[in-house]
Amino acid sequence: MSAEVPEAASAEEQKEMEDKVTSLEKAEEAKLKARYPHLGQKPGGSDFLRKRLQKGQKYFDSGNYNMAKAKMKNKQLPAAAPDKTEVTGDHIPTPQDLPQRKPSLVVSKLAG
Amino acid sequence: MAGAGGGGCPAGGNDFQWCFSQVKGAIDEDVAEADIISTVEFNYSGDLLATGDKGGRVVIFQREQENKGRTHSRGEYNVYSTFQSHEPEFDYLKSLEIEEKINKIRWLPQQNAAHFLLSTNDKTIKLWKISERDKRAEGYNLKDEDGRLRDPFRITALRVPILKPMDLMVEASPRRIFANAHTYHINSISVNSDHETYLSADDLRINLWHLEITDRSFNIVDIKPANMEELTEVITAAEFHPHQCNVLVYSSSKGTIRLCDMRSSALCDRHAKFFEEPEDPSSRSFFSEIISSISDVKFSHSGRYMMTRDYLSVKVWDLNMEGRPVETHQVHEYLRSKLCSLYENDCIFDKFECCWNGSDSAIMTGSYNNFFRMFDRNTRRDVTLEASRENSKPRACLKPRKVCTGGKRKKDEISVDSLDFNKKILHTAWHPMESIIAVAATNNLYIFQDKIN
Repeated sequence: MSAEVPEAASAEEQKEMEDKVTSLEKAEEAKLKARYPHLGQKPGGSDFLRKRLQKGQKYFDSGNYNMAKAKMKNKQLPAAAPDKTEVTGDHIPTPQDLPQRKPSLVVSKLAG
Repeated sequence: MAGAGGGGCPAGGNDFQWCFSQVKGAIDEDVAEADIISTVEFNYSGDLLATGDKGGRVVIFQREQENKGRTHSRGEYNVYSTFQSHEPEFDYLKSLEIEEKINKIRWLPQQNAAHFLLSTNDKTIKLWKISERDKRAEGYNLKDEDGRLRDPFRITALRVPILKPMDLMVEASPRRIFANAHTYHINSISVNSDHETYLSADDLRINLWHLEITDRSFNIVDIKPANMEELTEVITAAEFHPHQCNVLVYSSSKGTIRLCDMRSSALCDRHAKFFEEPEDPSSRSFFSEIISSISDVKFSHSGRYMMTRDYLSVKVWDLNMEGRPVETHQVHEYLRSKLCSLYENDCIFDKFECCWNGSDSAIMTGSYNNFFRMFDRNTRRDVTLEASRENSKPRACLKPRKVCTGGKRKKDEISVDSLDFNKKILHTAWHPMESIIAVAATNNLYIFQDKIN
């Protein structure tokens, strides 16, 4: 079994370790900024937090859907291609486009 | 690993040896999303072990009574009850999909023959009653044995129905549904020591409920800013103190913990204590805040300490000292040099949980590659173990694992680049009194016990 942190690191050793830690992180940050130069430059609140609060957002607007249905009358509403998971652009989502979330009818395999 | 389990350090300093006991779940490589375990929790006696999954199902295991003849083998956990707790919903008004994934299960202390637990998804908390039925009434007057109603005019004699034994049936029924109190996603529930109330916390608010009342809850913490553009932190976890019914803590995405006292005011927006470890501003990087976000907070059984889990470490705090933690344990420091890729594959946002053993002498938390870590607070020793099918022979001892960071890899070590980041152990649980642990590895539940006894 290993001890991760030495029992009594001297103050110097501590500072050295902290510096190493900092430089590792900063090196990783530099890597990230190199790949995504626009990261972190958007103003106003944290993107992570907002993204987190909006988890689960799908875009079905019943108003749009019904208006489109009325306009089309007898014609079929254009359906999204079966492999599309996101519905964007001019296409009006239909209830069929939203991935159907059915409750699990199968008993959990833990109980098997 | 010494010191785990009831009673403090054994005088002889015996190291505990964790051994495989059981594994539950399918073996096949293809894991259905619904089967991913999302929460694991022992009840107060440790006789029941509940799991929740992404498919909204709860499976409860019960420990078998120990066989008097085989003193060296402990009771095994077998399926006791399983039920569908939550179902997927769609909120058409807000265009929001509500997942059925069980975020948390918390048991209520047992008060009668039935067992009660709270289970929650993102929006709704449910109180479930799990009860046994081992008797059935026979000899009804108005209906036949198969349930068909008898013609009342043809009944010529009356009889008293009698109770006859039947095969044990375990029934789960939803007794209360606590809905519509959370705009954001529920991350925590915690039963108060008064056994009458509980809290539920989402990203921005914490509500207090009474177990008997479903149409009302009190908001006790609200950190939503007037202008959402000013949002800087969210609530990540919350828990009631194990003994002081007026005290609760909640952690934030900025790595801070606030302790609130419900006696001071109805709305606990102002904390009684604020726990934060000072940080050197010059060492700040893009990742600093993300990795400092606390994913779990747990009080010790004693109520004197609390433990927080952030991305790379576990910290133990003394409730009497707000300035800094009393202990910091590195879980997987070798990941610091991988933060860029962990950000890109979203792993940096993984929420690991942590737990105490019954005597508060040891703590456990998960990592990647199906590794989990244990820290003995007395001996200061730690160990990395792995939950895998390869180590699944009955009573096989788990061998400590080591991750190597440098160039020279020793024989049994695994290099950081070989770690499987899809095999995450986010949820673990420790039996409240004995040296038994439950570890959830994606869709499999492992149960390990110590060799001694």
